[in-house]
Amino acid sequence: MSYFSLDSKRLRLIAALFVGVLLLLGAGDDSARIDRLGHQMMCVCGCNQILLECNHVGCSYSTRMRDELTAAVTRGDSDNGVLQWFIQTYGTTVLTVPANRGFNRIAWIMPYLALVMGIGTVVLIAGAWRKRPPGPPSGGSSSGSSGPRSGGSSSSSDSQLDRFREQARRETEL
Amino acid sequence: MAEIGSFVLLLALALAAYSFLAGLVALIRKQPGSERLSETARRAGIASFGTVFLGAVVLVTSAFRNDFSISYILHHSNRDLPLPYKFATLWSGQEGSLLFWSLLLSGYGLVLRLRHKTDVRLFAHASVVIAAVQVFFLLLLNFAAKPFAVTQGAVPADGNGLNPLLQYPEMVIHPPMLYLGYVGFTVPFAFALGALAMKYPGEKWIHITRRWTMVTWGFLTCGVFLGAHWAYSVLGWGGYWGWDPVENASLMPWLTGTAFLHSVMMQEKRGMLKTWNMWLIFGTFWLAILGTFLTRSGIISSVHAFAQSSIGDWFAWFLVISLGTFTFFFIKNRSHLRSEHKLESLISRESSFLFNNLLFVLACFTVLWGTWFPKISELAQNTKVTVGPAFYNKVTIPVALLLLLLTAVGPLLAWRKTSLESLKRNFLWPSLGALAVGIALVALGVKPWNDVSYFYALIAAMLAALVAFTVISEFVRGGRVISRHTGQNLGASMVHLWHRNTRRYGGYLVHFGVALVFIGILGTPFNREAEKEMGFGDKLALGPYTLLCRSYTQEENANYSSDLAIIQVFRGDRQIDTLYPESRFYTASRQQQHVPAIRSTLKEDLYVVYEGQNPDTGHPIIKAHLNPMVSWIWIGLVTMVFGTILSLVPNAAPIRATVRDSVETGVPSAGSGQAHVRPAPVGAGD
Repeated sequence: MSYFSLDSKRLRLIAALFVGVLLLLGAGDDSARIDRLGHQMMCVCGCNQILLECNHVGCSYSTRMRDELTAAVTRGDSDNGVLQWFIQTYGTTVLTVPANRGFNRIAWIMPYLALVMGIGTVVLIAGAWRKRPPGPPSGGSSSGSSGPRSGGSSSSSDSQLDRFREQARRETEL
Repeated sequence: MAEIGSFVLLLALALAAYSFLAGLVALIRKQPGSERLSETARRAGIASFGTVFLGAVVLVTSAFRNDFSISYILHHSNRDLPLPYKFATLWSGQEGSLLFWSLLLSGYGLVLRLRHKTDVRLFAHASVVIAAVQVFFLLLLNFAAKPFAVTQGAVPADGNGLNPLLQYPEMVIHPPMLYLGYVGFTVPFAFALGALAMKYPGEKWIHITRRWTMVTWGFLTCGVFLGAHWAYSVLGWGGYWGWDPVENASLMPWLTGTAFLHSVMMQEKRGMLKTWNMWLIFGTFWLAILGTFLTRSGIISSVHAFAQSSIGDWFAWFLVISLGTFTFFFIKNRSHLRSEHKLESLISRESSFLFNNLLFVLACFTVLWGTWFPKISELAQNTKVTVGPAFYNKVTIPVALLLLLLTAVGPLLAWRKTSLESLKRNFLWPSLGALAVGIALVALGVKPWNDVSYFYALIAAMLAALVAFTVISEFVRGGRVISRHTGQNLGASMVHLWHRNTRRYGGYLVHFGVALVFIGILGTPFNREAEKEMGFGDKLALGPYTLLCRSYTQEENANYSSDLAIIQVFRGDRQIDTLYPESRFYTASRQQQHVPAIRSTLKEDLYVVYEGQNPDTGHPIIKAHLNPMVSWIWIGLVTMVFGTILSLVPNAAPIRATVRDSVETGVPSAGSGQAHVRPAPVGAGD
């Protein structure tokens, strides 16, 4: 008998081991899928918690829903199939986030749209500011003056100098 | 007691209404005698505090006296409730919390009106705005949410008790902190609206409100974080932030308030962003009211929500009226808000503030959008959806990381323009340090290519390190300058440095606290958990720990009965702790609640929950979480609060360094030929 020739008993043993390993791998996949899918769903008892994190004592919803999830995954339903079954049974609120399709896509788009618009606005404002000539500085910003600006004496070099000193004091560090 | 309480609240309404109307008439008429009318309005405002305070005293006294003839006390207290929680009854329900809100508002109003001599006319304007808000809350208390409504029918012998979730020591301080923050933003808003209405010249109103804003921000920060800590310690799901609408309601004004704290510096220093600051402080005030509307109207479902009632309509109208009033004055006087300077460079402190504000407001918009989207979806397609943590995490984490980057970079940029040389000098070592932290984490096993959450955690760690290193380098560099001038050692020089510009260096400490908070949050992707039914001697392994169920038992007192497990914690073969997770059943309210047991270290929290009992075996079901780095969040909070307190300390007199007189005046001094020296301040910027 050559080294590679296997008797039928040994072949059966190897096959059984292989199937066992596959089953174990499958079991591992199932628990990972249950964990993943269970974190994509809410408990519908009103506690506002993720299904697998609902810890209400005697919460009949989460226990039943976890059992249903385990059964569906063990049955071999696809992820989408499991989620669809839960949506049909418990409504769209069972999902932790809005689906990224149809009207609900707006939920996902808006923050990014706001970011783009915000950056655009800041760039526009910054550009406009860089081109604009500066207005007169307000007299009261740091001196604590609450009176009107002394526009009439702006030609005086002393008052100008004081203003520039004040501006420098405000804008410089160390 | 109910009659006294109702009477004083009615009196408070009359006084606040007089303060508002008389103050308004005095401001509009500007005739001889207006000052006296304005003074009567001020005094009426002061008196309104006394009456609201008396109303609160009556309600708390009723709780201590178990006066269940008052419906509010019947529904929120019971005879066996521990005394501190009887005091907390004041803010435990809708009517009481509105009374508490009104009390704080009139308290802030009292301080403002007592300090009116700082600037009589501006304070008179602000007082009228505060009085208007007071009138709204007192109208609610007198006609819509009466805290002194009497119990219908026969008065029961005992009350329904306080919600078990609220029977936790932090609940005695968390709501007051939060309300002090919410209500406090009314003051800078009142000054802003007053300054806008009277076209107040200069930025003095910002100087006046600077401390108010910082104190208020400090309170709101404490409130938000204490809420997170309460959720972590009480709700028993192992987390501290669930993006619930009520949590979001507290976060939104915090975000805009933080943006305001930064952007007012641009107005102070450079006379820019005047219009933006007006809207930002109005938005902060408005969002605080909006948050209250969200939680009181029942329009959005939340685990925290108060019972649905008609007061949502009152809040909706108040929001519309306040928006209309502010918009009217803005349109009327917007020419007054012209910027004084132009932006000179994109690499400058000004532009960093612009982007900082953009990101804060964007984060606020995202939270607002996510909170409202279920309602929008219902209106648009008649289908409700849930917007849960996954949405917020996906959208807000990148924004938060960008903000962290600006936290590190912004303070080191100069006003007007920053040179490349200065950038290199300021950032080289902090950047190398942050890079070293990143490399070390990858070497320790954080593989960013395995999972996006690991990637975010790594980036957050590097940016937090960058913030920490830049703050440290700023202190060290400034300390050396002081040390050269004074001859003090570096430590004393750094204290000296802080005392020269408390706001700036206190602010740096706040930034350091933010970095610590991020370090705490970035542990989240590495959380682990395990669950097991544990009889006597059963073991549960989690990370480096082994939990051994030594015993399980029952206890009972007048307030609640509890099932608890005695869990010994081993690390290797050595027992390091014993934990007592509980499940309580409160007698009066007939509600059950978990009380997790937490073993907290700087590295990680072992968080053990008594989930329930197996009905067949009677064995406890124990769930254990291993949450890395959580303690750093609370350490970060303490640092932020400490930094805020330090920034409120008045500055010491500046050190005088010598600069040539000729530099300042351009004219050489006469006499000896030596340049005359003139003092210049050290540590005077922000």
